[in-house]
Amino acid sequence: MTPAEIRSLIVEILANIVPDVDLSQLRDDVPFREQLPLDSMDFLDIVMELRKRFRIQIPEDDYGMLASMASAIEYLSPRLVREKA
Amino acid sequence: MPRDFLAGARDQYDVVVIGSGLGGMTAANILGRLGYRVLLLEQHYKLGGLATWFRRPGGNIFDISLHGFPYGMVKSCRRYWNEEIANGIVPLRTIRYDNPMFSLTTRFDRDDFTRLLTTRFGQPPEKVQEFFEFIRKMNFYDDQTMTVKELFDRFFPGREDIIRLLMEPITYANGSTLEDPAVAYGIVFSNFMAKGVYTYRGGTDDLIQRMKEELLKNGVDVRVRCPVERIHIVRRKVAGVTVHGRYLAARAVVSNANLLATILRFAGPEHFDKDFIEEVKAVRLNNSSTQVYIALKQGDLLDESIGDLLFSSTAPYFRTEALLSRNITSRTFSFYYPSLRPHAPPRCYVVSSTNARYEDWANLSEEEYRKSKQELINSTLDALEKYVPDIRQRVAHVEAATPRTFERYTGHLAGASFGTKFEGLRVSRALPHQVEGLFHAGSVGIIMSGWLGAMNYGVIVANEVDNYLACPSLTVRKG
Ligand SMILES: Cc1cc2nc3c(=O)[nH]c(=O)nc-3n(C[C@H](O)[C@H](O)[C@H](O)COP(=O)(O)OP(=O)(O)OC[C@H]3O[C@@H](n4cnc5c(N)ncnc54)[C@H](O)[C@@H]3O)c2cc1C
Repeated sequence: MTPAEIRSLIVEILANIVPDVDLSQLRDDVPFREQLPLDSMDFLDIVMELRKRFRIQIPEDDYGMLASMASAIEYLSPRLVREKA
Repeated sequence: MPRDFLAGARDQYDVVVIGSGLGGMTAANILGRLGYRVLLLEQHYKLGGLATWFRRPGGNIFDISLHGFPYGMVKSCRRYWNEEIANGIVPLRTIRYDNPMFSLTTRFDRDDFTRLLTTRFGQPPEKVQEFFEFIRKMNFYDDQTMTVKELFDRFFPGREDIIRLLMEPITYANGSTLEDPAVAYGIVFSNFMAKGVYTYRGGTDDLIQRMKEELLKNGVDVRVRCPVERIHIVRRKVAGVTVHGRYLAARAVVSNANLLATILRFAGPEHFDKDFIEEVKAVRLNNSSTQVYIALKQGDLLDESIGDLLFSSTAPYFRTEALLSRNITSRTFSFYYPSLRPHAPPRCYVVSSTNARYEDWANLSEEEYRKSKQELINSTLDALEKYVPDIRQRVAHVEAATPRTFERYTGHLAGASFGTKFEGLRVSRALPHQVEGLFHAGSVGIIMSGWLGAMNYGVIVANEVDNYLACPSLTVRKG
């Protein structure tokens, strides 16, 4: 998947988790939790959703990589190469 | 011939969940929804664990642990259960304190507490805001060296009345004391302060029935009267469980039963590292409870201004130790109005709860036990008289539960009402690193207990189980 595809996928997942928030202004270099009302349970839902859609493994030690859009794209890009959406 | 409570069960499952408390049911539901073959085993004849209720002749129905939970339940129920369940959650509006230091009524949220602390208790607004911000930012993996007492000393030194205001309800809610880590208090208290206290319209019976339907819809095989006798482990890897003498294979086991019973009784200490077992043995259980359930006669309707929750005490000061004493000076009264169960005949109920020590009740003779229960009922009615005059003439049914009652119905060691103290969390989290495929999701460490805490812990663990089942080789054993 291309970085742009991954980005729009993450936005789609976030839109389900915080339906009342405008995500068009989301800044990629700022941690999600500093710009969105996300708690640690919301964060877990993002991980579960990624796993459900792609059967991708994200060990707990790597959760920090999903903190911002930029680091999430960087982390996921090589891992979603051969997966089909 | 005895009924076969496992009739039609498969010989093997992806996941066996032991116990149908809110943590166990939520984990089972998520894993079922993900498509795993899940078996939920409950030793009692009904689901729910401590989230339970009982009926008595004359149409009386009593809720055990429906006194109030934080708003976070709405989100968790919507996501991990369904919209209808989430829609049943409604706010409690009137929370009262009545003790020798102060009597007041509050919505029990941050705005209202800010008002009280700045006006009645004379605190500068900046100080109050700083306190709320400080506890809101706490995480369960934060520094645990600061105690609750140190937290209060830092913000409100010497103010026993403020400590009582901030702490008494939380001590009732989860047994925490001033010596516990401040993070455990801060997280639970902040959860409540976010939006106040909520309840479930329809009552616990309606909630659990809906959850059961959702579990079945998601393909979970649900069995009651099925006490797990043994968790089988082969070379540090989970293999299955034994129930009613029958062996059932499982790729993963999630125990919602008491943490210590899970490790020491069902699994057996021989399957774990020696120093881990030492750590397990050092885990302290939380206290137990007593309750007195009072039904008023049908049609005798209390005015809702009495309040939903009343923290009442005749003790001059707030001492967590005193709250455990059998010489009861402090009680939480929950008042239930007909609006809780709109379809039932109009009735009001009062449930009085206290924290209690198992040891104080465990070794009484049957005669002493009966007498002590009656004394508990009598002193409770005396205390309630102040708020509900002529209470003795108005009662349709009254009975009491003790730490022994809680032990009997849930199998929790020492009738623990709120799982284990803080150190239990570490042990619970470490379980899968000791035995592959073995998980625990149940009340531990104060934060992961209560309806919301137990449910959310079920989610956290379901996530780990999914991660493990999707690719077991990645969940390597540490240490
Ligand atoms: C008196 C009282 C009042 C409370 N009030 C509130 C409140 O107002 N708000 C709030 O949020 N929380 C309250 N709580 C706490 C809350 O009810 C619990 O923290 C929560 O329900 C615990 O859920 P759990 O998932 O840990 O499991 P539990 O409810 O403890 O359930 C564990 C289950 O495992 C089963 N089990 C055990 N061993 C086996 C076995 N070998 N095989 C099969 N099944 C087994 C048990 O039968 C039980 O059903 C209260 C608790 C008490 C005791």
